[in-house]
Amino acid sequence: MMYKFWMSVYKEILLLRRDFGGLVILFVMPLVLIVTITLIQDSTFKSVTETKIPILLVDNDKGEIAKNVKENLIQSGTFELLTEIANKPITETSAKEAVFKGEYQLAIVIPERISSDLQLKINQNVENILSSFGMQDSVTMPKQQELSPKEVRLYFDPATQLTFKNGVKNAIDKMISQIENKSIYATFQDQLGETDEPLFEQENFISFKEIVPKVDDKEIVPNSVQHNVPAWTLFAIFFVVVPLSINVVKEKSQGTLVRLITNPVPYFIVILGKTATYLLICMIQFWLMVAVGVYFFPYLGLPVLEVEGTLLLMSIVAFFSGLAAIGFGILLGTIAKTQEQSAPFGATSVVILAAVGGVWVPVFAMPKVMQYVSHISPMNWGLNAFYDVLLRNGTILEILPEIILLLLFFLITIAIATVYDQKKRAV
Amino acid sequence: MQEAVIHISNLYKKYKDADDFSVDNLSLSIEKGEIFGLLGPNGAGKTTLISMLCGLVKPTSGTFSITGLTYDKSAMAIKKTIGVVPQEYALYPTLTARENLRYFGSMYGLGGKTLREKVDTSLEHLGLLKFADKQVETFSGGMKRRVNLIAGILHNPKVLFLDEPTVGVDVQSKNVIIDYLKELNANGTTIIYTSHHLTEAQDFCTHIAIIDRGKIYAQGTLETLISETPKAHNLEDVFISLTGKELRDDV
Repeated sequence: MMYKFWMSVYKEILLLRRDFGGLVILFVMPLVLIVTITLIQDSTFKSVTETKIPILLVDNDKGEIAKNVKENLIQSGTFELLTEIANKPITETSAKEAVFKGEYQLAIVIPERISSDLQLKINQNVENILSSFGMQDSVTMPKQQELSPKEVRLYFDPATQLTFKNGVKNAIDKMISQIENKSIYATFQDQLGETDEPLFEQENFISFKEIVPKVDDKEIVPNSVQHNVPAWTLFAIFFVVVPLSINVVKEKSQGTLVRLITNPVPYFIVILGKTATYLLICMIQFWLMVAVGVYFFPYLGLPVLEVEGTLLLMSIVAFFSGLAAIGFGILLGTIAKTQEQSAPFGATSVVILAAVGGVWVPVFAMPKVMQYVSHISPMNWGLNAFYDVLLRNGTILEILPEIILLLLFFLITIAIATVYDQKKRAV
Repeated sequence: MQEAVIHISNLYKKYKDADDFSVDNLSLSIEKGEIFGLLGPNGAGKTTLISMLCGLVKPTSGTFSITGLTYDKSAMAIKKTIGVVPQEYALYPTLTARENLRYFGSMYGLGGKTLREKVDTSLEHLGLLKFADKQVETFSGGMKRRVNLIAGILHNPKVLFLDEPTVGVDVQSKNVIIDYLKELNANGTTIIYTSHHLTEAQDFCTHIAIIDRGKIYAQGTLETLISETPKAHNLEDVFISLTGKELRDDV
């Protein structure tokens, strides 16, 4: 029996060796995918931290607030402020046009007299408060001027991603609030203080600190590589579904399955031969991608994939994820009648499983219904197990539930494929 | 009296959603050492019958045994006994002829020197040894048919099922295949063979059964069939007389 099994493995390896396109899908595409996605994701991450995004600023105020906004934006290190386009000062109209054409992602328009009107408004409010405490002579109070509310206008390129938009809006909102607070404190100080010593502490009283898991007293700081390598490795492992399902369909269409069924070899040996071969491929894919993360990413300016002490557990997760993918591939190949059915369905279903499983959008950010649905995606089980190992310092016990689910998925899909094949031949 | 290698009793097969039985109450005995021709028009039930005998399709009802064994109890033992040469080229196109044959031979438990020698002598016998290391996809139809045949006989089967083994091949390949099959038969292999080539069947078979609409209309030696059919001079006359002249197109 073992001899027949090894001969089946040898045959599958020979078939793969002769299939250049299949080898490219299996080994080269995942590497291209992981490098490309990580570079893109890393640059997206850097775009709000390191790389400066050119934005347009229309300063109709020329006052303290505009000055503060400018300083804060420059200090953030995220933006490059432009006040001219082609040596011409930017107006609200030209800024709007340039942004809506997609030439810039953002324009900020600071309205006229925002600084002076804000100061005036604060003065009036402070005087009213002090007066209500009896600290101001109501007779000497100047007549209060009617002030219309001011708005800082933001123009976004319609193609700008919502997360970036929200980030910028929050940052500017925070900036304006801080400026307002400082102005209020300064006005109180001015009205009350007879000394130059500051009466109010203007530093933030409440701050936050992120506490991250530690291994050997060393903080595990997640970065784009730690997130992307497991996610996209899993995606690549599941893409084994495409060539494997084609392999099974070909066996039917070429008639070799007929010969194998009439041979004195149990069908499970044929299935095991395929499983072992494609599992080997999944593991090679995984180790190649880990090697790229560890040795090649630094040359691209990406963070190193930290696998110290986790490689064995990660390999276990990859092994069982590979099994789940193989089960799915064999089931698909058994049910599909043609390659035209199996290949597009295989590719699309893997993309759907990835999307549902949280490879692209984190599960917590999904609608409630999709969060439940995500639990049925084997990619979600694999991804959680990878994150448990890589980011949450998990042990074999923590990943055991996911491993069991992946194994069950393999066993169930293989059982369905076998029963379906037998039923089909009994018609 | 000769020993029956295959014994079929009241065999029925009706496919799901089909209106008629593909094999309809068929009973038959095939004796050891025969070259048994199963002849019939398209859709007569030949391939269904062979598929059931090879364990590819399950019967709706009825029983059959091969060398006294049944699939219910001794599927693996039957599979070791029989050889199957399907109608399609049941080979891996990107593997070489030698790789294909070594793989299929290994599925019968053959290995090492025995398998290597068997593969090479068979390839040589059928004029393919010099192409042994070429990928099968580069072969002509006749060459593929010959490799297809070798893959079914590497383990010296007692019973060999051939589903149209010479379809689509040139005369030279056909002659080589038929001669080789005769040699196998002379060495003790019982052959069950389907074909549309009546002249080929007439020359090749020791026994013939005419099958149509899932039933056996007549069976016996060529001489018996001709003598029992009025105005028949050859197998084609017998065939037309029993199955009619109308076309058998079906979808």
